[in-house]
Amino acid sequence: MKATRSMLYIPGDAPGMIQHAPIFGCDSILLDLEDAVALTEKDSARKMVATFLSRFDFKDLFVTVRINGADTEFFEKDLEAVVPCRPDAVRLPKCNGPQDILAADRRISEIEEKNGIEPGTVKLHAMIETALGLERCFETATASPRVTALTIGGQDFTADMGVQKTKEGRELFYARCRIVAAAHAAGVDSYDTVWADLQDNEGLLRESKEIVGLGFTGKACIHPSQVATIHKAFIPAEKELRRALRVVEAAEAAKREGKGVISVDGKMVDAPVVARSVHLLELAELYGIERGGF
Amino acid sequence: MKLLKNAAAGTLESSDCRVCVSPADGVILEYNGANSVIFADRTKKLVDDVLKENDLSGAKITIQDQGAIEITIRARLECALERAAEE
Repeated sequence: MKATRSMLYIPGDAPGMIQHAPIFGCDSILLDLEDAVALTEKDSARKMVATFLSRFDFKDLFVTVRINGADTEFFEKDLEAVVPCRPDAVRLPKCNGPQDILAADRRISEIEEKNGIEPGTVKLHAMIETALGLERCFETATASPRVTALTIGGQDFTADMGVQKTKEGRELFYARCRIVAAAHAAGVDSYDTVWADLQDNEGLLRESKEIVGLGFTGKACIHPSQVATIHKAFIPAEKELRRALRVVEAAEAAKREGKGVISVDGKMVDAPVVARSVHLLELAELYGIERGGF
Repeated sequence: MKLLKNAAAGTLESSDCRVCVSPADGVILEYNGANSVIFADRTKKLVDDVLKENDLSGAKITIQDQGAIEITIRARLECALERAAEE
């Protein structure tokens, strides 16, 4: 199990940033061929990303490539250039339903076969960016085993809804809840949208804590300076960790002693509380916090 | 591959390079940049390799290197060549 807290967007035609990706401290990167690249530079960015994927050591970074949408002339070329280089995943923008996943899945399968790559090697991350896509997000997440994450595209989603994107994020609340629940039901990861204001890290921390609370497994970001703030939001509070540890230890002791009922701090603890506590301690371990550290 | 016209790829940003190519008989390489003396041999070999991979015996290539790593120069050169070969 690897941490998936942060996914740093890097424009596909920015070699200076791509070559430094392993030192930014993020859990994963997204090499962008879509919105971050001018129409006149699509070929150049595609070539840059494919060359880096083939020849650069990204260490243990999870590397995703956001391709251009299936409704563009670049879609096929992006897949043909990128899939043979075996990125960990391809991010598919504007997924409006399972049919979009199935179409991409078929094309990726053909390219994998042609290049002698084991079927299913390149995963798919589905971007939910429209109201229609939101309505079908569980079907999208379960359309193919290749799908390993749902992501919300906040800018495009609010544009599709005809509403303003605000720092408070009330307009995204329902979409976030629905996507994170669909992702969890499908057993895939979930990534929140980016925080665009690079000058407001307090706002980023507040929003990151909110999406952690909703159950997202990660959040996208647009600058290396945002990575540490996002990671901070994922670290459980010491008080919560200490209580989780007491719950787990009490549950373990009850099991040893054959007791059915557990009490911690004078309160009865039932199975879901134990399960949440175990999960919290697992997350803490994943984020490098040892049991003796809280 | 056959070069049909002049073309370029890349930028003058730090860690990038700007590559210009044009049809020519034989290989003519002009390599500029702060570290062009240090990396002259490496870049000459890279250019020769890319031209060979694309079955090209001639091209005029100008590279303004702003501190690009080899991967970046390769990507920019391949892109410039593909653009020059487009009808």
